[in-house]
Amino acid sequence: MGITLPILILAIPFTMFLVLGIGGVKMPRKVAGVIGILANATLLAICYTVAFRYFFSGDPQFINAEGVRQQLQVFDVTWLAFTERLVVNIGFLLDPICAMMLVVISTISFMVHLYSWGYMEHEPGFQRYYAFLALFTFSMLGLVVATNIFQMYIFWELVGVSSFLLIGFFYKLPSAVSASKKAFIVTRFADLGMLLGILVLTFYFPSFNFIDLTSNTGSVVASMGGASFLGASVLTWALVLIFTGGMGKSAMMPLHIWLPDAMEGPTPVSALIHAATMVVAGVYLVARMFPLYLCEESALQFITWVGAITAFYAAVVACCQIDIKRILAFSTISQIAFMMVSLGVARPDLHEGLGYMASMFHLFTHAMFKALLFLGAGALIHAVHSNNYTAMGGLRKYMPITHWTFLIGCLAIAGIWPFSGFFSKDEMLSAMFSLSPFWGYWMTMVAGLTAFYMFRMYFLVFWWEENPHYKDHKPHDAPWQMSVPLIILALVSCVAGFIPFGHFVTWNREAYNIHINPQVAATSLSVAIIAIAFAAWLYLKKNDKPAMMRQALPALWQAAHRRFYWDEIYLFITRKIIFGGICKGIAWFDRHVIDATMDAFASVTQYVSVKIKGMQSGSVQTYVIWYFLGALVLAAITWLCII
Amino acid sequence: MDYSQFGAMLPELIILGLFFVVFLADTFSKEGEKKWLTPFTTILFLLSTVAIWLIPASGETIFGGMYVDDTACKAMKAILNIGVFIVFLQAAEWTESDEMIVRKGEFYELILVTLFGMYLMISARHFLIFIIGLESASLPLAALVAFNKKHYESHEAAIKYILTAVFSSAILMAGLSYIYALSGGSLYFADIAKAVTEGTRSGLLIVGLAFLIAGIGFKLSLVPFHLWTADVYQGAPTAVTSYLSVVSKGAAAYAFFIIFVQVFGAVFSDLWEWMMYAVIILTITVGNLFAMRQKNMKRFMAFSSISQAGYIMLGVMAGNLGLASMMFYIFVYIVSNLGAFAVIAAIESKTGKVGMDDYDGLHKTNPWLSFVMTLAMFSLAGIPPFAGFFSKILIFTSVTASNSMALYMLVLVALINTIISLYYYLLVVKAIWIKPGEAKIERFDSTRCERVGLVICVLGIVFFGLVPYIYDYCYEAVKTAYGILI
Repeated sequence: MGITLPILILAIPFTMFLVLGIGGVKMPRKVAGVIGILANATLLAICYTVAFRYFFSGDPQFINAEGVRQQLQVFDVTWLAFTERLVVNIGFLLDPICAMMLVVISTISFMVHLYSWGYMEHEPGFQRYYAFLALFTFSMLGLVVATNIFQMYIFWELVGVSSFLLIGFFYKLPSAVSASKKAFIVTRFADLGMLLGILVLTFYFPSFNFIDLTSNTGSVVASMGGASFLGASVLTWALVLIFTGGMGKSAMMPLHIWLPDAMEGPTPVSALIHAATMVVAGVYLVARMFPLYLCEESALQFITWVGAITAFYAAVVACCQIDIKRILAFSTISQIAFMMVSLGVARPDLHEGLGYMASMFHLFTHAMFKALLFLGAGALIHAVHSNNYTAMGGLRKYMPITHWTFLIGCLAIAGIWPFSGFFSKDEMLSAMFSLSPFWGYWMTMVAGLTAFYMFRMYFLVFWWEENPHYKDHKPHDAPWQMSVPLIILALVSCVAGFIPFGHFVTWNREAYNIHINPQVAATSLSVAIIAIAFAAWLYLKKNDKPAMMRQALPALWQAAHRRFYWDEIYLFITRKIIFGGICKGIAWFDRHVIDATMDAFASVTQYVSVKIKGMQSGSVQTYVIWYFLGALVLAAITWLCII
Repeated sequence: MDYSQFGAMLPELIILGLFFVVFLADTFSKEGEKKWLTPFTTILFLLSTVAIWLIPASGETIFGGMYVDDTACKAMKAILNIGVFIVFLQAAEWTESDEMIVRKGEFYELILVTLFGMYLMISARHFLIFIIGLESASLPLAALVAFNKKHYESHEAAIKYILTAVFSSAILMAGLSYIYALSGGSLYFADIAKAVTEGTRSGLLIVGLAFLIAGIGFKLSLVPFHLWTADVYQGAPTAVTSYLSVVSKGAAAYAFFIIFVQVFGAVFSDLWEWMMYAVIILTITVGNLFAMRQKNMKRFMAFSSISQAGYIMLGVMAGNLGLASMMFYIFVYIVSNLGAFAVIAAIESKTGKVGMDDYDGLHKTNPWLSFVMTLAMFSLAGIPPFAGFFSKILIFTSVTASNSMALYMLVLVALINTIISLYYYLLVVKAIWIKPGEAKIERFDSTRCERVGLVICVLGIVFFGLVPYIYDYCYEAVKTAYGILI
């Protein structure tokens, strides 16, 4: 493969960022929007071409005679060579998961670009918005094509920055500003773990390159020389620390707190960054280094546990939210945790590493239907100007397109045949059951909760009771720029399940035939249908059953509504313990010791400066005397010291 | 005598030739027809600068070892030439003023003669040549300082300069006579180096060294031999001040290095390391302490340049690696200091204002000059990513490369002084950008020559820290000439 297309994949969005970022102010908003969308359409075409050629051309550089897909470094140039060992490369690694991510990112990014044209039309800073979108697209693409973990780290931070910029897009809203700071600080804190992990790993193994790290894992393990720390091997520490970065970006407990607040950003941004692409970076990171994780059973177990707890927690919280974007946010956390668990239970000897394939499959289908749901939520918010379902209800008559596409999204995420979520979820559950029935049942329960809270939201928004406000302000479907992406994504969500995904992406890059496990499928399907039926019984028509349930268990409802007080816990720790306790002492030291030293330094300098003023008298005789005395004193002192 | 040896003195001959051309052109052109003299000289000088950059050094030692033409000397001359070229650009408008028009030829001629003297100082390997160079670099400067005939301060400055210069020459000669006695009657650097290596650490040597430091320290304005500096800088025409502050210092610093490291290198750690230790600390600190209180920009720059000279002298403590860093430091100092002086000169020639208070709110009326001044101050203070940061880093690292505790302490003192210097450099920046109130200097356009000079300085400040070309050039030159040994 030539390097032109790969370079263009990175160059186009970056150029757009520069063009719109620098020249945007001078452009009419329509021009900025149109060139942003056109550039993205080009990018979409290029990404599709690259992915298509990778998967289907049968070229021996992409797939060898045994049918194993190859990892191809299209280019890999030295960028910074600090020392002989610390060499940072920038390159383009093409392999199945990368090609898949190219498709996902370019598709969703294009949909969001198009959708935003309608959604953001009347917002000030439209050009800036498109510039940031381009920056994000660039960073995310750079992340997935990284040839080495250092490049990934660089782009990892860049997506963090662009996420920060976009969450805080409405910078006049204090809530958006604090949400953007929260997102940045929490993920940045997690990235510290990742950096430490990278340092630990590469301290022992002399390469950042992913192929070096993953193709011969035995040599990586050997390079550690059996070193261990606090009872766990160094490799486990490194992998768990690297995973910490993934926990931050993918909003795993206990680092999930930023994602619900990130919904303060514009809704299309939530669809792109906080549902489909950036938040799955953690999953992608683990998948990218999966052969290494396989070497350390305990690291995989850690991932499984974190994922399983997060999935359940987020699902429960999602049942008790009022803001539809928050519901979707918690749903995203829960679904990403699903993918994490699926990676955690993947083993080469269990259906040839089914969990890995299933996780990637779900990443793909989830990106599509979750983007669809977010964009649908955006259309709802656009129509009623509120995020809360209490301002909605009975909208199916007013917004038919949104209604039908949203329903498809809900069916897909609930895992109803033949929508895409069914297939990927079924594979994940099979993988979990094959490792241990406990995880299988646990995650089936989460899947049931998913179906319940999604349909709770669906019924409350589209059925329930017509909101009386509609008389003054009749809601209507969104303009075409917003409806077209909804329809396209809905179509994708209908058919994506039938993609023979195992032929494209597996952990060892060999083809795997997907087959539905009837027992698992029947269980999960029936659980989902029961959950939907339950949701319908509660929320289809206005009644007081939900209120009665809430009153039956007020403490639980309140706790779940307040997200089990995680934010309060964080605030307590940061405000009371860190700021109030630890920082006070440090601040005192800073103010009274360091500052005082500096002040003393300054005042002594000033004092001396005033005192020696007389030396510069202006009379040349004095100058010469000083001169001569200086030379003599210099000689005399040296003489005295030496002789 | 073999006259072909003069061929190795090509840089000197070029400057001398240029001097004669300018002198003849000036003498035989009619009064009132001298408008072309400025561009003529400037362009010829630019050509000679390019020539000196391009001509490879012969590496020959001629006249029985009195004069050497090696890569390091040539690199230093080339760097000085850049400084002189920028000075010429700055002076172009000043030489057109009414009182100057009849005498502007003299300005160029005197500058060229002093530059010739500096070349000799750099290449000298015999004290006689060195003294000839030093004197021909010093005495015409007095005339230059007094160039503003109608200004009382200019006369005062010239008198102060000539008196101190003569006195310092006397001290230098006295010191040299002791050295002459010590070496058994030779003034060749090589012979003296041999005598010093073999001889004892006599009192004669100590006094000789102290007097040499004082004598050359005069040109460098090291403390306590610096007292003339502020008055002379303030009184002299600004173009001359900028010439004095950079080019003259650069040449003296190089000569100082050659004499002390190559001739008296053997007694470095027992004798003059401690002398220079004290002098450097005094120079940096006293320069800083005085600079803090100045209200006149030219006086301010005088003390700033004293302090900078202390940093330049750090290179002497670090062997040949120090020479490379020192040359780079001088280059960066030339562009930064001349950038500042270019702004001062432009403002002075248009409005006659030189007080720091006059600069309040300058950015409102003259944003570009403010920008250059800010860059120059940042670079002089050593703020990254400007060249001044890298030149300071390089000279500090070369000093610490020898791993001596005392030198670490020296660098620490220098670092603390950098913080103090930040204070007063930022005072200027504060006056320009932050102080409230109406601007006291009205808007004006700089001349084309000034702009070219400013652009060169800005490019130097911004690029030559990040692009290591000049440092590599100095490093290679020193390596080829003397080898890099720590």
